[in-house]
Amino acid sequence: MSDNPFGASYLYLQEPEVRFLEAAVEHLIPTDDLGPGARDAGVVVYIDRQLAGSWGSHGRNYRMGPWLEGTPQQGYQSRFTPQEVYRIAIREIDQHCRTTFDRPFAQLRPEAQVEMLKALEADKIALPSLSSKFFFDLLWRNTDEGFFSDPLYGGNRDMVGWKLLGFPGLPSSQYRELLTSHEPYHAEPVSVMDVQSGKVPVDAQGFPRHVMKDR
Amino acid sequence: MSATKMKEVDVVVVGSGVVGSIMSMELASAGMSVVCLERGKQFDLGIDFHTPNVYDELKFDRHSDIFQNLARDTLTFRNNGSQTALPMREMGAFKPGEMVGGTSAHWGANARRFLPHDFAMRSRIEERYGRKFIPEDCNLQDWGLDWDEIEPYYDQFENIFGVGGKAGNLDGAIQEGGNPHEGPRSREYPNPPTRQTYQGSLFAKAARSLGYVPFQGPSAAMTQDFRNLYRVQMSQCIHGGFCSSHVCSQGAKANPLTAVLPALMRLPNFEMRALCNVLRVNKDSTGKKATGVTYIDARGNEIEQPASIVILGAYCFSNTRLLLLSGIGTPYDPSTGKGTVGRNYAYQQGGSVEIFFDDKEFNPFIGGGMVNTSIDEFNGDVIDRGPLGFIGGAYFDTSARGAAPIKGKPVPPGTPRWGSEWKHAVAQNYRRTMNIAMHGTCLSYKQNYLDLDPTYKDAFGQPLLRMTFDWHQNELRMMEYMNERCSEIGRALGGSRLGGKNKGTHFSIVGYQSTHNVGGAVMGEDPSTSVVNKYLQSWDVSNLFVVGGSAFPQQPANGPTETIGMLACWAADAIKENYVKRPGALV
Repeated sequence: MSDNPFGASYLYLQEPEVRFLEAAVEHLIPTDDLGPGARDAGVVVYIDRQLAGSWGSHGRNYRMGPWLEGTPQQGYQSRFTPQEVYRIAIREIDQHCRTTFDRPFAQLRPEAQVEMLKALEADKIALPSLSSKFFFDLLWRNTDEGFFSDPLYGGNRDMVGWKLLGFPGLPSSQYRELLTSHEPYHAEPVSVMDVQSGKVPVDAQGFPRHVMKDR
Repeated sequence: MSATKMKEVDVVVVGSGVVGSIMSMELASAGMSVVCLERGKQFDLGIDFHTPNVYDELKFDRHSDIFQNLARDTLTFRNNGSQTALPMREMGAFKPGEMVGGTSAHWGANARRFLPHDFAMRSRIEERYGRKFIPEDCNLQDWGLDWDEIEPYYDQFENIFGVGGKAGNLDGAIQEGGNPHEGPRSREYPNPPTRQTYQGSLFAKAARSLGYVPFQGPSAAMTQDFRNLYRVQMSQCIHGGFCSSHVCSQGAKANPLTAVLPALMRLPNFEMRALCNVLRVNKDSTGKKATGVTYIDARGNEIEQPASIVILGAYCFSNTRLLLLSGIGTPYDPSTGKGTVGRNYAYQQGGSVEIFFDDKEFNPFIGGGMVNTSIDEFNGDVIDRGPLGFIGGAYFDTSARGAAPIKGKPVPPGTPRWGSEWKHAVAQNYRRTMNIAMHGTCLSYKQNYLDLDPTYKDAFGQPLLRMTFDWHQNELRMMEYMNERCSEIGRALGGSRLGGKNKGTHFSIVGYQSTHNVGGAVMGEDPSTSVVNKYLQSWDVSNLFVVGGSAFPQQPANGPTETIGMLACWAADAIKENYVKRPGALV
């Protein structure tokens, strides 16, 4: 397990699930010449925190039956909450991998992992309890969120997602004047966490002072 | 258990958004006792939407607690009557609000008036193209309003919401720099127009080269410090992004919280009751008069609030549902075409063209406050649609929304969905893309409607609203044409590649599109095809007014909020000036 700012602790995920997810998210957003990927950005910690929170149990979503499958246009109709989706899907995918390759997903060769992810995405793996595409889509959505949301949530560590984009995070009060500028503006990103923790000072209106990037 | 009965008031208002807040303000200012009931919480701008926490895309855009709590109450949806409608279990295509301040607390500040054409669409289409030009299953109908009578109320709303813009038509005289196709205005906007971004200047140049007239479209985010009609101060927008679906931390975006409530809450004859879920409008034994409303308060008690006048000023869905739950009016039946409540539900068409550059870099995160450069040549009645074979139109704009990192990462067509190639495409294009959005009309059809779901219930045991809706050929043809015109502008911009989005053949509830849901309790001249008259007064119950997007007979291209605000001012005036002097049917 990789270290994380919360001390490598997990609220909801269990160890085999962490191993599965670390392997999977690293293929979705890999470490490459542009910098760290989703695993090192803390995306698994992000997913864990989300599953442990109210979204993980669909606290603000409609939870009453009857539960019918519906059309793609009708959206999320699973009777499982995200917590249950991750727990059930990872167990069943690992079971499928053991039956087919004699080892769980996390222990497959990288190329075989990518092939498995593509098969899940294409809904080609028949899992006993849910659609593999349904799980894949949720995993991809959460991976994207974890890589690009505020580091406050455990992902986007060191703001690697924002640095990849050139997104400066919290706005500077200079934006009012910069609105019409034709010159690219490159500042070191500032997060909610940076301001909350006092790491980055703010001006009288509460805006951080941006430090311009050397380019 | 019988309901606790409160002391009677002059007016009870359901909902505290654009309609509820403005109507409460207007009627309480005229001396009437007003109680406003809101299902959501009371928020404090200085605490709940304070920096730095307000700059959080995940919290406000994805997992927001200022949107409707679907665990308590959602709607069911199906594309057509042969399917089984299923609940919208998570927030998708639209985001109705739930807070004191309503949906508009998180709107995008797009403050466009409709065009005079939009209010008389059926007559104007029949006049120009003949009756047969309108699809047989289309419920296109006029609003029963004349431009000249409502223009002062647009003006009033703009002076409450501090709208910034440049007039294009002052009393019939076309003005340089404004929208030449807009309806005649009695005077200039209260605030100056937004300034043009780099992307806006490129769009304007390309549009001009094709013979169109670009202009800075109106915005209700302050373009300067401004004190409004209610003597409330709002400060100039800094364009820090995090705008639509967020509440502005600077109080620069006009909405009920910033523009109305500071003045309204000071009135001694006004009371706001938050966390109150209205169950129904009560009627007397004749069924012709409303006696008040019944609601569940924050502690779970059932409360009856008697009132001389009842105003439903909630979201399109809630207004329609409360009429159905209260047994007011005749529910629409698509098999016979009879009945009016739930009829003419419509949405918003649209799409975008993305232009990817190799040689230009933008600052897409600077924006918000509806900074936009627009053209209106394809809107309303400007182009001849006879040879094109569709009704309706669209406006195009390039707007600086403040590209947020989760949802604002366009990649060129053909890019894989994930992996290293996707990552490279995201890094390459985030700062090198601009987009032109198309905002299109959506007509109303016999098959698209709202009624009560036969199966699914809310947390209070009441049936959910059921939406039956799909796109029709007219809208798909219209958007195909718009996409061709928009792509021409895109090519004239000189990018290396074009991409874009459209809504597909079938409406899908998955993925945010727009919170522009309209109809269900529409206004009109004929009680057999409308729920309320031109003053938003129920045809069946004369002391009940149903005001909001629910009153739109169909959706014009321009966003709905400005017209919802105008209708609130218009209906409030009808009550103050006419109804209270002579209660009864105004038409």
